[in-house]
Amino acid sequence: MKADIRVALVGNPNTGKSTLFNVLTGLNQKIGNFPGVTVDKKVGYTTLPDGRVAEIIDLPGTYSIYPKSQDESIVFSVLADKHNAHTPDLVVVILDASNLKRNLLLYSQVADLKIPVIVALNMMDMAKKADIIIDVDLFAKKLGVPVVPISARKNEGTAALKNAISFANKFAFQEDSIDVSTIAPELVEAIGRELNIDNPYLALQLAHQHETLKFLTPEQSDRVEELEKEHSFNSQKAQGAETIARYAFINDLLYDTVKKTVNAQDETHSNKIDKILTHKVFGFVIFFAILMFMFQAIFSWSLYPMELIADAFVWVQDSLHHVLPPGPLTSLLVDGIIAGLSGVMVFIPQIAILFAFISILEDTGYMSRVTFMMDKLMRKVGLNGKSVVPLIGGFACAVPSIMGTRTIENWKDRMITIMVTPLVTCSARLPIYTLLIALVVPNRNVWWLFNMQGLALTGMYVFSLISAIVVAWVFKFILKGKERGYFIMELPVYRMPRWNNVVFSMYDRSKAFVFQAGKVIIAISIILWVLASYGPGDRFAKIDAQFNKPQYTQHMTPDSLSRTISSAKLENSYAGVLGHSIEPVIRPLGFDWKIGIALITSFAAREVFVGTMATIYSVNGSAEKMQSVYEKMKQAKNPDTGQPVFTLAVAFSLMMFYAFAMQCASTVAIVFRETKNWRWPAIQFAYMTVLAYAASFIAYTLLK
Amino acid sequence: MRLSQLEVGETGIVKEFTDLEMSVKLMEMGCLPGEEVRIERIAPLGDPIAINVAGYQLSLRKREAYTIVLQ
Repeated sequence: MKADIRVALVGNPNTGKSTLFNVLTGLNQKIGNFPGVTVDKKVGYTTLPDGRVAEIIDLPGTYSIYPKSQDESIVFSVLADKHNAHTPDLVVVILDASNLKRNLLLYSQVADLKIPVIVALNMMDMAKKADIIIDVDLFAKKLGVPVVPISARKNEGTAALKNAISFANKFAFQEDSIDVSTIAPELVEAIGRELNIDNPYLALQLAHQHETLKFLTPEQSDRVEELEKEHSFNSQKAQGAETIARYAFINDLLYDTVKKTVNAQDETHSNKIDKILTHKVFGFVIFFAILMFMFQAIFSWSLYPMELIADAFVWVQDSLHHVLPPGPLTSLLVDGIIAGLSGVMVFIPQIAILFAFISILEDTGYMSRVTFMMDKLMRKVGLNGKSVVPLIGGFACAVPSIMGTRTIENWKDRMITIMVTPLVTCSARLPIYTLLIALVVPNRNVWWLFNMQGLALTGMYVFSLISAIVVAWVFKFILKGKERGYFIMELPVYRMPRWNNVVFSMYDRSKAFVFQAGKVIIAISIILWVLASYGPGDRFAKIDAQFNKPQYTQHMTPDSLSRTISSAKLENSYAGVLGHSIEPVIRPLGFDWKIGIALITSFAAREVFVGTMATIYSVNGSAEKMQSVYEKMKQAKNPDTGQPVFTLAVAFSLMMFYAFAMQCASTVAIVFRETKNWRWPAIQFAYMTVLAYAASFIAYTLLK
Repeated sequence: MRLSQLEVGETGIVKEFTDLEMSVKLMEMGCLPGEEVRIERIAPLGDPIAINVAGYQLSLRKREAYTIVLQ
């Protein structure tokens, strides 16, 4: 869409910035990327009263333009880079009226960059409740910018805000907040002169942040570094002095514009809730109860929509097979691409439900309490209170969870969280576990009430959490972090979740999953299809010729003949040859070449296992027909010994392998995208494969 | 007297910081010299703590609270 004016939304976290963004843009928004960084760029469009179209960019919430995390660093680079496709014409700074003082720090920094600014004063209703009276006109006069009181949740004042945007100046008229030149006068002057920058605050910020700014050339950055040395610039001291000066300005500003009648310290609503939710005993009980409910919901609520999606794909595949002429192209489209696509799509319900829960927990303010409660425990194993969220999310899918680690400011904590999240039992492992457990664990109750199969499954989940914690603890000693970890975090007041935000989050994340993971899965399923559909030399032709003889065509039904042929072809395909060639390596784990094929194909995505097993044991129809796979696998006999293939030892060995192995191309891709270095996914892949092999070997040896 | 030495419900006034890096981060969050702080609660496992400062709740680890010197 072509926009006439570009507007950036800037504000502290928990100020209702995303709500305002959703209210302004509606469904008319998309998620993109800022060039060179992995921070999501949320852009939407809105039509102004004068008919012009405004492009709204939602920048990550931050307390200051000095960044503490990767997400926050984008705020300054977008505002400061004047020659960029994202450079805003106007900044709307959203302030929480019930907590103006801290919110104004960011405003004063943004205002000093001398970009035209409008202030949106949000949560006026909350301020009123807390007996805070704001003289909006005087406030606007002292700042020198338009101030629009709004309530984003109630959609009040947004029309006035759009009006203010359409009347916004092309030039910045805001009053100066602090005298920047007093902080490092010679340095600011020198940078301004050499880099041709006329704004002293921009020059000062370049001194602070030049190392991470993409829009500076290496020569410019080196020159700034030299100038800093020349003028013996201490970044932290300068920042401290600046912050103190800014708060002096803010106190002066608030002195006659805001009146707060002191109420007799009565206990706030939020405090009462906290007494229960962060209670020594109830706090943990409630947390685990919420988790249990979440898993239950992820599995049970998604059952029906997942079946629906799977059935729809089977129907599409069936009809395409009927409509299109048979041949390699049809097969590639139907059995390669569409089959791969269905593998992605069936996970949408689970991902949507998981993100609905996560966004509710975040929106209400509960997630920060979980972080608060778990920090000490997590720190012991080298993680961080904030790692709890990705680890819990890992039960559904590691891909969005690894994307969620961006909120962890500390590099080492974040890396360890990324490294161990794929160990947590994700939803793709669930069909494998249920199939294998059903094969070898009797469906009997023990101790009256516990089903043995259920216990085995619960055991796999608990085991995955324990292994993630142990591995994190090991990484704590291996990884060397430069920065110190710290945990200074706002505990926002409890609020009702905003349901439209929940819906947006479900939609956003599902879309991101389909497009990001989908690409990889489809590419790999095409490769797999090729490997499984073609064989070296004339092997396939020989099979066709062999089964064309009368002893086969006359004594077998066409159905079972075609199954026997496809089974023979699979054994002789490139995938089958690969399976045979790795057999010596996987023999000690109790696996034969058929399982070997499934292992290889599963390295694209774990959920491929059941489908591959279905093909190998030549089950007719779709991979969703689990019962028939189950029966075929149950009847499978080892040709040498005549014993069943899937014994207790083999099944548990296989489960151990799937518990540890990095069999997910999407996770590898996302880890690369998040770390921007192939070393991390490579290390992760290596350590997980080694663990998988060792755990499998131990399980098989012990249970044999 | 350090902030980490206060009991739940007690208040103090920030005087200075012993750690430059931490002070910059704390001041950004509105925890400045001259501000009144009150210990709201301690996490169930004994660390971190939640304080009330500048009209909102901030959580920080005890080790970090130790860098805040009170008047």
